Amino acid sequence: MTIRRALATLTGLALLATSGCTADDRPDRTDDRRTLTVFAAASLTESFTAIGREFEANHPGVTVTFTFGGSSALATQITQGAPADVFAAAAPRNMTTVTDAGAAAGAPVVFARNQLVIAVPKGNPGRVRRLADLGRRGTKVAICAEQVPCGAAARAALDASGIELVPATLEQDVRGALAKVRLGEVDAALVYRTDARAAAEVDGIEFPESARAVNDYPIVALRDARDPATARAFVDLVTSARGAAVLTAAGFQPPAVL
Amino acid sequence: MTALRHLSTGRGPGRRVPAALLLPAALGLLLLVLPLVGLLLRTPWASLPERLTAPGVLTALRLSVQCATLATLLCLALGVPLAWLLARVEFPGRRVVRALVTVPLVLPPVVGGLALLLVFGRRGLLGGWLDDTLGVTLPFTTTGVVLAEAFVAMPFLVIAVEGALRAADIRYEEAAATLGAGRWTTFTHVTLPLVAPGVAAGAVLCWARALGEFGATITFAGNYPGRTQTMPLAVYLALETDLDAAIVLSLILLVVSVAILAGLRDRWLGSP
Amino acid sequence: MTAPLLDARLVVDRGAFRLDLPLRVGAGEVVALLGPNGAGKTTALRALAGLQPLTAGHVVVDGVDLDRPGHGRWVPPERRRVGVVFQDYLLFPHLSARDNVAFGPRRQGLDRRAARERATGWLERVGLAGYARRKPGQLSGGQAQRVALARALAVHPRVLLLDEPLAALDARTRLETRAQLHRHLSAHDGAALLVTHDPLDAVALADRLVIVEDGRLVQEGDAAAVTARPRTDYVARLVGLNLYRGHADGHRVRLADGVTLASVDRVDGDAFVVFPPAAVALHPHRPEGSPRNAWPATVAGLQRHGDHLRVQLTGALDVAADVSATAVAQWRLEPGQRVWAAVEASETRAYPA
Repeated sequence: MTIRRALATLTGLALLATSGCTADDRPDRTDDRRTLTVFAAASLTESFTAIGREFEANHPGVTVTFTFGGSSALATQITQGAPADVFAAAAPRNMTTVTDAGAAAGAPVVFARNQLVIAVPKGNPGRVRRLADLGRRGTKVAICAEQVPCGAAARAALDASGIELVPATLEQDVRGALAKVRLGEVDAALVYRTDARAAAEVDGIEFPESARAVNDYPIVALRDARDPATARAFVDLVTSARGAAVLTAAGFQPPAVL
Repeated sequence: MTALRHLSTGRGPGRRVPAALLLPAALGLLLLVLPLVGLLLRTPWASLPERLTAPGVLTALRLSVQCATLATLLCLALGVPLAWLLARVEFPGRRVVRALVTVPLVLPPVVGGLALLLVFGRRGLLGGWLDDTLGVTLPFTTTGVVLAEAFVAMPFLVIAVEGALRAADIRYEEAAATLGAGRWTTFTHVTLPLVAPGVAAGAVLCWARALGEFGATITFAGNYPGRTQTMPLAVYLALETDLDAAIVLSLILLVVSVAILAGLRDRWLGSP
Repeated sequence: MTAPLLDARLVVDRGAFRLDLPLRVGAGEVVALLGPNGAGKTTALRALAGLQPLTAGHVVVDGVDLDRPGHGRWVPPERRRVGVVFQDYLLFPHLSARDNVAFGPRRQGLDRRAARERATGWLERVGLAGYARRKPGQLSGGQAQRVALARALAVHPRVLLLDEPLAALDARTRLETRAQLHRHLSAHDGAALLVTHDPLDAVALADRLVIVEDGRLVQEGDAAAVTARPRTDYVARLVGLNLYRGHADGHRVRLADGVTLASVDRVDGDAFVVFPPAAVALHPHRPEGSPRNAWPATVAGLQRHGDHLRVQLTGALDVAADVSATAVAQWRLEPGQRVWAAVEASETRAYPA
């Protein structure tokens, strides 16, 4: 039973219980084929919204709807039957969840890379200049928990550079880490360059060790896509030079091998 | 007395349960229990022993129980007097204060945690002062976890105790006064024992809420194993990578809390 | 005469209701405060105990001001040495009978053991030595009442206040408890004030009655004086007399509604006339001969009253008459029937209003 069907059943029950209306009046039903649903990592919000608008302009009659969220949560939802046409993840590991479940149509393509930067509050009160500064006594640092991609990347970068660091907190996601930077509760956090760039009141400091922990963003059209051709067309736009331009403007880097 | 006897015999016309109540009651119970069944069905029983002994699990569990208990004690120490004030003292703006007490119930816990940061954080209203003069830092500390949990759970205690105080017969306190008891003695020797069941019920709710607290905790106290990572935080992070681990952690939390609550209920409320 | 132990003028305003009651009780004296519901009896008791501040007036015990709003004097209840037995006893449900009684002594500074000893002594005195460990929920009404009495007496109060101490008891328990209570009140050397609406309790337990209606003192005196010469309809009903007010001119009292009653008592000026219902004779026609007090009346109702029937009559005078069941049967008395009522002048009492 798909989540959508379950939802419809539940809604139907509720409607029957309250007003006796018919269960089946979802407005988008007839337009299913003209709607493209994209599940994408939260860090892609700005760039994919822009790419989606361009896609709609190129494909009259098609509406692109996005669900942005944590990559792993999205992957779980897809394997549990959520109605998505395209999936773009912030880490290959989350893509593997989907491909292993046989939910992908074809092989995923890496379309962008994201690198870590040191996010500091405006004015840099902790005077953090480089990665080694994070290991100083009295410097409070937030990194993501290792279970989420930004945390795995941060751990890889720290390990590679041999820096001993006891973070103040292991945040559940990039937004949590950024919020603590913005409030001044920590002196620094390791976040993606795109996130630091999008956040207000936060400065991003590049550091060479981040090259050891580059995060690949894969994208794939899904097996259960209602209109496979449209789904493939969206993937093509993202991986095109046009898509790369939008992504680069947001702070992403082009993939290692195109 | 006759009414009591009638109730306890369980016979007579008042005992039949109307279907109009029974059906929704059964559906309500199903709604509460079915997700539990879902958890149990998905539990990876084979790998359960090794997952239970995995490093970090016991640490998070111990921290959870400790913090929830400390938060409940804090709520008792502050919430019972607050409830007394609300129930027994007429003062201007009492309605507003009563509404304010319930704010943590309606506030998304994450916002509650953020609000706590704005007050007790490094750059917060009081946090800087606390840090400079007392050397007390709350964010990212176990104390911070306790504070966040107390913030979220306090309304449960205050509401329960205030209700019990309002229902209690104030004339017992008058009787105590005529026997020479001052207000404080009356409160400790008469009022508190009279509302003890209400206090116990409130404390149990408070503890349960604190135990399950997630949003305010991770926002205010962050997440670090052994220091601020309670079970709900561990569950949430486990969900990112390992569904089975998350289910096992939830199950532990569930079993421990149900066991403790059932045990306390017998002892405190003296009811089965 | 020395100053009474308790000297009070209780003035309490509560909304439209005003209590204004002078009250003096001597050492060892038991006074019953008698009155209908809502007369202000309980308010008076609460004012004495310090649970209700006075609007004006004073409460003085042993020459010490406990409450005198004019001078800003106020002693809180816990420092008054005023013991209260509440109407529904208010025994602390979480404490045993003994600990209920020991509660007061503990507050007076006795250690736990000494307080329990004193409590045990008091429980023995009220005949409940074997019930020390019972919780209030496990005591009968009469037992609870006695524990409440022991609890109030255990602090050696100068003033003992009892609010309807027997009202919650059934008839049989009430009789026993009343006798016991009488014993303890007689032994009490302080002042005792008993609030009740039951004249029987008042007469049985008190040396003096103070009758209050609508917040005012209406009559005061010992039981004999009050029962012989009621001054309000409420008191007359309590003691079972027909009472009328009028203007006397020697042996004749002219009532407000035009009827004149003759009495053997001689009074001049405003006067009350009373006679018992049993003194009223009913006649089918205007009686011939001696009774000078006769008037036509209509039967309004019949009620069994002991071994006879009480007939309520309306007409020139509203009056209660007691007749034998035989008379009712012979006459076939029924509501609406017209009769003549007559009272011998020798059966009436007249006294100044």
